[in-house]
Amino acid sequence: MAGYKGSNINPQKFERGQLKIIIAILPLALFMLLPIIFIICHAFKPMDELFAFPPKFFVSRPTLDNFTKLMKASQTSGIPLSRYVFNSILVTIAVVGGSILLSTMSGFALSKLKFKGKFAIMEVNNMALMFVPVAVMIPRYLTINVLGLTDTYLAHVLPLLAMPVSLFLVKQFIDQVPDALIEAAYMDGAGDLRVYFKIIIPLIKPAIATSAILAFQQVWINVESSNLYVSSEGFKTLAFYMNSLASANNTVAGQGVAAAAGLIMFIPNFLLFIVLQKSMMNTMAHSGIK
Amino acid sequence: MSTKKKTKKTKIGQHESGNKTAYAFLAPYLILFLTFIIIPTVIAIGLSFTNFNTIEMPSFKGFLNYVNLLTRDDIFMEYVLPNTILYALIVGPGGYILSFLLAWALAQLPKVPRTILALIFYSPSMTSGVAMTVLWKIIFSGDQTGYLNSWLMRLGIITEPVIWLIDARYLLPIVIVVALWSSMGVGFLAMLAGILNADESLYEAAAIDGVKNRFQEMIYITIPTMKPQMLFGAVMAIVGTFQNGLISVQLAGINPTPGYAAQLIVNHIEDYGFIRYEMGYAAAVSVVLLGIVYFFSTVSKKLFQEKN
Repeated sequence: MAGYKGSNINPQKFERGQLKIIIAILPLALFMLLPIIFIICHAFKPMDELFAFPPKFFVSRPTLDNFTKLMKASQTSGIPLSRYVFNSILVTIAVVGGSILLSTMSGFALSKLKFKGKFAIMEVNNMALMFVPVAVMIPRYLTINVLGLTDTYLAHVLPLLAMPVSLFLVKQFIDQVPDALIEAAYMDGAGDLRVYFKIIIPLIKPAIATSAILAFQQVWINVESSNLYVSSEGFKTLAFYMNSLASANNTVAGQGVAAAAGLIMFIPNFLLFIVLQKSMMNTMAHSGIK
Repeated sequence: MSTKKKTKKTKIGQHESGNKTAYAFLAPYLILFLTFIIIPTVIAIGLSFTNFNTIEMPSFKGFLNYVNLLTRDDIFMEYVLPNTILYALIVGPGGYILSFLLAWALAQLPKVPRTILALIFYSPSMTSGVAMTVLWKIIFSGDQTGYLNSWLMRLGIITEPVIWLIDARYLLPIVIVVALWSSMGVGFLAMLAGILNADESLYEAAAIDGVKNRFQEMIYITIPTMKPQMLFGAVMAIVGTFQNGLISVQLAGINPTPGYAAQLIVNHIEDYGFIRYEMGYAAAVSVVLLGIVYFFSTVSKKLFQEKN
């Protein structure tokens, strides 16, 4: 008892006591990191290093060969790589923008407006946090068929727009906006739309950033829509193309291309998270289900 | 709009603009939510009572699919269910406890090392997809040029290369390791934020009141103060665990996995739904899956939800 002062949560500076923690989690951190380092190394390996025996983990003479090969592979397939890139960017922007709009609008209504059925809707949305999309692959496929969305961009976009987790986090965040602020705006004669745009949106930027990350992560690597809902090659996304390239290249020579493809898919996700991680942590502080 | 003026004398915080505007704000979300989450779930339940092969109209079969699942489907009982239970128990609670412990450890570090380590732990959850699976395939490649085989042979642990991804003994453990590797997702971040946001005076008070060590502190202070985040993390862990099951087919390269060694419930759904086109039966399996997820989420709620 004598010296125990309680652990220091979120310490300001480095102390020797923290070394124990770092040493304890370092092996695990290495295990988590190795596959990522491996994919980076592998993507830059020249042919002879891919074939090297015994295999080498690190790259010694990095080249861009795998990336140029990846570009060339698309020239032979008839659909230019730029088409997949364009499709992916279009679909990603639509899903990220759309889901932010939907989550913030409904989050605002659920948090600050009064209407019938509010608690029921919140309850159903909380239940939907447990929703496992793979469990309803088949009915979703049927729904998209019935709606006539097959082979359109909408088939990539619409199923991902309503994200229960995103709405949940945004709503929790809007709960933190002081009611007095909103009341004052109404007193000044502002309507709901004005309050939403002028007060809510500027105050919940961290939640919007989080919503953006979550939506991006879903849509950017999503292959389900390209596999099931879209049959014409020209409407498929980069994620689909990269995955088909990766699974088609099972030879040693193809592994480098697969690694390059994996890296290209990973980097945007990673950068976005680095840029927005502060906002994300800020939102997560209010993520609790009460 | 004129009704708005009348209702302005509201209780604090709940602005009554009449139901109309609120519904207008909610409508786009609700329509898509209904179309792609609620209706598919209802259809899944409906189809599970039918015999549907996508060509003919579904015909009503009552509980036949469920009865067959429990009594006739040897593969489900012999492989899929035990595999899923083993996988879910290790990846679900295991990944969850690991996320919590890591979040707890990281919270005690200063900002810069904490952010770097959090990024390392969170990164794998961003890599899902077949492209990443190919990299695992290279690591676990079955001949002597495979990385794991080569290392183990150099260390003298094995003498013959092991066919990791075909051998029924190793496939499921590998799937579990890969799933654990990518399990530090949103729930992990939520718990980290939850611990960081705790009131520091609580910790000081606890130390004065006789909390002796970090472990006691974790049980008596940290967990009780962040129950809501613990629950959010638990729900995310459960959903992530089952959603991640698809990697077993990606790693093995075929569905069903060799000897059904790593066949999980989501692979069973895909097998019946999109390979055999027995969609009614696949829907019944889906409903069982949703039931399992619901059950575990309810258990988590019992554990962590604060009573009002």
